[in-house]
Amino acid sequence: MTINFPRPARIRQITQESRLVRTFVLDTAMPGAEPGQFVMLWLPGVDEKPMSVAVPAPLTLTVTRIGPFSTALHQAREGTQVGVRGPYGHGFTLEPDRPALLVAGGCGVPPIYFLACRAVERGVSVTVALGAQRAGDMVYDDRFRDLGVELLLATDDGSLGHQGYVTDLAAQRARQFPQPPTIYACGPEPMLAALLRLCQQQGWAGQFSVERYIKCGFGICGQCALDGLLVCQDGPVLTVEQLARAQDFGRFSRSATGRRMPIR
Amino acid sequence: MSELDLSVNLCGVRLPNPTVLASGILGLTHKVMVRVAKSGAGAVTTKSISRAPRDGYHSPVVLQWNGGLINAVGLSNPGVEVMIEEIRAAKEKLAPLGVPIIASIFADTIYDFGAIARYVSDARPDLIEVNISCPNIDDEYSRMFAGDPYVSAQVTHRVKRSTDLPVLVKLSPNVTDIVKIALAVEEAGADGITAVNSLGPGLILDVESCRPVLAHGTGGISGPALRPIAVRCVRDICRAVKIPVLAVGGVTTGRDVVEMLLVGATAVGIGSAVALRGSEVFATVCRELETYMTNHGYENLDAFRGRATAIAF
Ligand SMILES: Cc1cc2nc3c(=O)[nH]c(=O)nc-3n(C[C@H](O)[C@H](O)[C@@H](O)COP(=O)(O)OP(=O)(O)OC[C@H]3O[C@@H](n4cnc5c(N)ncnc54)[C@H](O)[C@@H]3O)c2cc1C
Ligand SMILES: Cc1cc2nc3c(=O)[nH]c(=O)nc-3n(C[C@H](O)[C@H](O)[C@H](O)COP(=O)(O)O)c2cc1C
Ligand code: FES
Repeated sequence: MTINFPRPARIRQITQESRLVRTFVLDTAMPGAEPGQFVMLWLPGVDEKPMSVAVPAPLTLTVTRIGPFSTALHQAREGTQVGVRGPYGHGFTLEPDRPALLVAGGCGVPPIYFLACRAVERGVSVTVALGAQRAGDMVYDDRFRDLGVELLLATDDGSLGHQGYVTDLAAQRARQFPQPPTIYACGPEPMLAALLRLCQQQGWAGQFSVERYIKCGFGICGQCALDGLLVCQDGPVLTVEQLARAQDFGRFSRSATGRRMPIR
Repeated sequence: MSELDLSVNLCGVRLPNPTVLASGILGLTHKVMVRVAKSGAGAVTTKSISRAPRDGYHSPVVLQWNGGLINAVGLSNPGVEVMIEEIRAAKEKLAPLGVPIIASIFADTIYDFGAIARYVSDARPDLIEVNISCPNIDDEYSRMFAGDPYVSAQVTHRVKRSTDLPVLVKLSPNVTDIVKIALAVEEAGADGITAVNSLGPGLILDVESCRPVLAHGTGGISGPALRPIAVRCVRDICRAVKIPVLAVGGVTTGRDVVEMLLVGATAVGIGSAVALRGSEVFATVCRELETYMTNHGYENLDAFRGRATAIAF
């Protein structure tokens, strides 16, 4: 079978990360996956949704409970059978010659963790800035600490780390770098839009992982269109240059029908 | 190579080459359709458009197997009001490229086919394609229009009365006698025939969970597994009707385009092959077609179109 067909796997281990977030370790691997790539996770009889690879082997996915699919997944137990296909899309390209600043907000943490692991493996030093609403929503901070990377935390209410937006915290730190950095980011689109403006003002490089409604994942259905880009193939990681040209970025997403919907 | 003429005339509309983006593949938004045209398609077809927006089925909606694809998307689309804006925007960019746009429409009643045809015509697509042959919605609407010559003719007639644009009617391979249906829609005034839609429906299981892999259960079969059936359908139709045929089904290489032209097709749709060869498939297939033409000394497609139909088999 090709990669465009769900491969059966079982959930081996489940960890509660926060009130709404759980991590699922599967009994399979995506050895060729690059940071930023995603898989299609199928719950037989329920639905199939895109999930970023957090760890390729054993395949580890971290899922926020926000709707019917993620709720059903959170109800799954160890041993539950799922299906996975992929890896899909274009991931992050680590630029070893520029300081790396990794920024994650909300449920954008998994691909950023994978990228941080890859950077550490390659001996590239990185700074990671994580944002959450409050202390109880912060996930993966321990894992980043275990990696030994510089870690900055921001919460909206100041219950952990800096009070305010992670983007402001990231911008502050980036200005102290000896050379212009590359910003690698994943998170809610308003956060990414703020980072895009920052990169444009400062002349920094940037690669952001964006979300659009994914159905096929392999460039057939056209559902994931962001302007002329297919997020499932050209993305999900797109450069600031690509995003600057995409008029819908930060403004309009698309629903399951394909209708343009304002963001926020 | 430049002296080769790949252009075709499909119901009075000029296509720079015979390859057409098939309906349901990437045809949801104008910028993506323009991108496909720039990557070499001779025409693009929109996703089938309904009156009201449709979410489609849960996922998986399309998967790949070793014979091609299986899909049950559920005809998701944002509805005609949104799609006419996409068509307008697409047309503005496609017209300077000389690449026509085909608006695919579908409805659940004969009357509504007319209403949507009228609505869509406001956006001035170059052609209308009437999808009466989706294999995945028959249980919802309790019948597939393309299964019945009388109903197919009625839909055709209704659409023709509702638009001044050339009309292609898209037929299903899932019928006992496709020629009968083709003759009925020709008689009812169709300007051309698109043949064929996906085959089936078929069924693929996940043998671990014992469930169908598609959320809808069954799905239409397309890609290489469909091609020999499509070629036979196109041959039978071209022998029987005088109107042009847009041949669709499993076309993946220039050789496959040649095969469709040999049995009499005017132009050739490509869908599933986008999964195998990317959106560059249109340009690649045209280069392969040119190689065939050069090897045989053909300067244009009329030089060999229909050659196989002259041979009795
Ligand atoms: C490339 C990519 C990687 C992702 N990685 C992760 C991840 O690692 N962890 C995680 O928790 N979530 C991730 N998501 C988001 C996740 O796929 C959806 O949020 C899904 O879980 C929602 O399904 P639901 O039924 O629970 O919620 P719903 O109520 O159906 O939707 C909630 C929200 O999710 C969006 N959504 C729903 N279906 C899809 C879809 N098929 N494609 C894209 N967005 C959708 C909706 O637009 C809505 O905003 C990723 C999305 C993309 C595009
Ligand atoms: C994912 C997918 C979606 C499709 N959606 C439509 C559709 O909306 N309307 C339609 O007339 N045909 C639709 N089709 C059928 C194709 O247009 C085409 O007739 C069929 O796939 C055979 O061609 P192929 O083998 O080149 O794919 C769809 C096919 C696929 C694979
Ligand atoms: S999700 Fe189908 S083309 Fe990207």
